Parts: sequence; C-alpha cells; structure tokens
Amino acid sequence: MNPLLLWFHKLGSPPYFYRLAGRFLPWLYVVALVTGAIGFYGGLVVAPADYQQGDSFRIIYVHVPCAWMSLFVYAFMAANGFIALVWRIKLSEVLAMASAPIGAAFTFITLVTGSVWGKPTWGTWWTWDARLTSELVLLFLYFGVIGLHSAIEDTRQAARAAAFLALVGVVNLPIVHYSVNWWNTLHQAQTVSLMGQSKMDARMLWPLLTLAFATHVYFFASLLARSRAALLELESGKEWVRALAKSTPTQEAAHG
Amino acid sequence: MADFFAMHGYGMYVWTAYGVFFLVLLADALAPLRQRRRTLAELRGRLQREAARKSS
Repeated sequence: MNPLLLWFHKLGSPPYFYRLAGRFLPWLYVVALVTGAIGFYGGLVVAPADYQQGDSFRIIYVHVPCAWMSLFVYAFMAANGFIALVWRIKLSEVLAMASAPIGAAFTFITLVTGSVWGKPTWGTWWTWDARLTSELVLLFLYFGVIGLHSAIEDTRQAARAAAFLALVGVVNLPIVHYSVNWWNTLHQAQTVSLMGQSKMDARMLWPLLTLAFATHVYFFASLLARSRAALLELESGKEWVRALAKSTPTQEAAHG
Repeated sequence: MADFFAMHGYGMYVWTAYGVFFLVLLADALAPLRQRRRTLAELRGRLQREAARKSS
C-alpha cells in the first residue's frame, strides 16, 4: 500500500485519531481565538460605517460567517455521511454526527442575528421569504439528524440512519444559496464573491474574510473535541479507553 | 468609548447579535468537555466496581 493510503488507514483507527486530534486541538482553538479577535477589531473599530445602514451593518461580521458555516458544515456532514454509508468507516460516522450540533449552532446564530439585523434595516424581525425560510429548513434538518441519531439505541445504526437523512437534505443547500437569485426577496443578493470582484470596500471586506477563516478553524476545533468525546463513549469497552480512564484518575481527566 | 458602545443608536441590535454569537459558541465549546468528563467518570466507576468484585 502507498504511504498516504496507509496513513489514511491509520487515521481511521480510533486511538490514533484520539491522540492526534488531542495534539492539534489547543492550537486550533488558539488560532480561532486570535484570528477571531483580529477580525472583530477590524469589523467593529477599523471598518467605516455603511453609508446606508450606519453602524447596524456591523452585524454582518457575525451573521455572514455563520451563514457560510451553516452551509459548509452541512456539506461536510453529508460528505462524511456518504463515506459512512458506502465504506462503513466508523470515524466518518463519528465525524458526521459530531458536525450536526455545530452546524445547528451556526444556523441558529445566523437566524437570530439575521432577525436582529432585519428589524432596523427592513423594519421586521421575520418574513417568510425564500432565503429565511430555506435557512430555517436547514436548522430543522440539523435537528432531524440530531434527533434521529439519539432516537435509535444502537449508536452505529443510528449514525447510518441519520447520515441517510443528512444526504437527502443536501437538496436544500443550493436552494439556500440561490434563493436570493431565484425568488424576489427582502434579503440582499450576494456581495462577496469567491470568483471575480466583491462589491465591498476593502476596509469592510478583510475583517469579514478573516472571520470566515476564524469560524472555519473554530469548526474544526469543535469537531475534533466532539469526535474525541464521542469516540470515548463509543469505544468505552475497548482496552485503550479503559487504560485512559485508569491513567487519569482525577478531575483533570477532561483536559488531558 | 460610550460612543463606540452606542453605535449611533444601533447599539442594542449590534451587541445583541454579537452576544448571541459568543454565548452559543461558548456553549458549543463546553459541551464536549462535559461529555468527556462524564464518560470517563462513568467508566472509572465501572472499573472500580469490577475490581471490587474480583477481589471479594
């Protein structure tokens, strides 16, 4: 077998993944916190007020990165769900299920901050238009995956059933993304573009991109932390977990 | 400084949004720590009971 494949195979082994993730975890949190702080400084202090929306536009720096994450995390969850269904890799099941609550958290933040932004900008907290409704459906999809996973007794069977639901829900992703183009909506159209020119001043744009980076790093930190916790529970009958429990007899066990 | 927090009248909206962001993500960051501690504590209890049964 070639070395990369071999490493991939090794990565799928729970004790190896547990140790490796534990080593990366503190650094991911540090990078997320530092870049997050820089982004918020840029967004709250350096960026000038918007000529139409005044200072209320600064909500963009929590709303938009979380909205991007709500879609990214779902795609990540579905991809791992697909791998779990096809190749039955235990680690993929764990990663997919660990993504769900993080994605739900980002989607929840997107909806609440959007609502708080909508009030001074549109004059309403909520409207049943395409973008808002499809994002709400996304939140319910996350809840469905979490609910289905916890409703089935056998953890691995539960993960596969929930992964299937996650895959079906992928239909919603393009609907969320293109809703502002397909339907007439209160929600503004895309301002930041991956390819081509972004329609935004550079002093406003760099904090947004910095925060997009910070939230991605935070997601992977939270994902690793949740996967480690899930692996311990899933493998609590195995020797490596028993050895770990024995070697950490104090309250400090949670940090090691 | 007060000007900064007032956000020209939008302070309530802006700080509510940022507050929700931080509180939700803080809860998300703490959840796995709690789960890990609980799992290990449970397992230690089980191991102790097993050891006690063997020695008696």
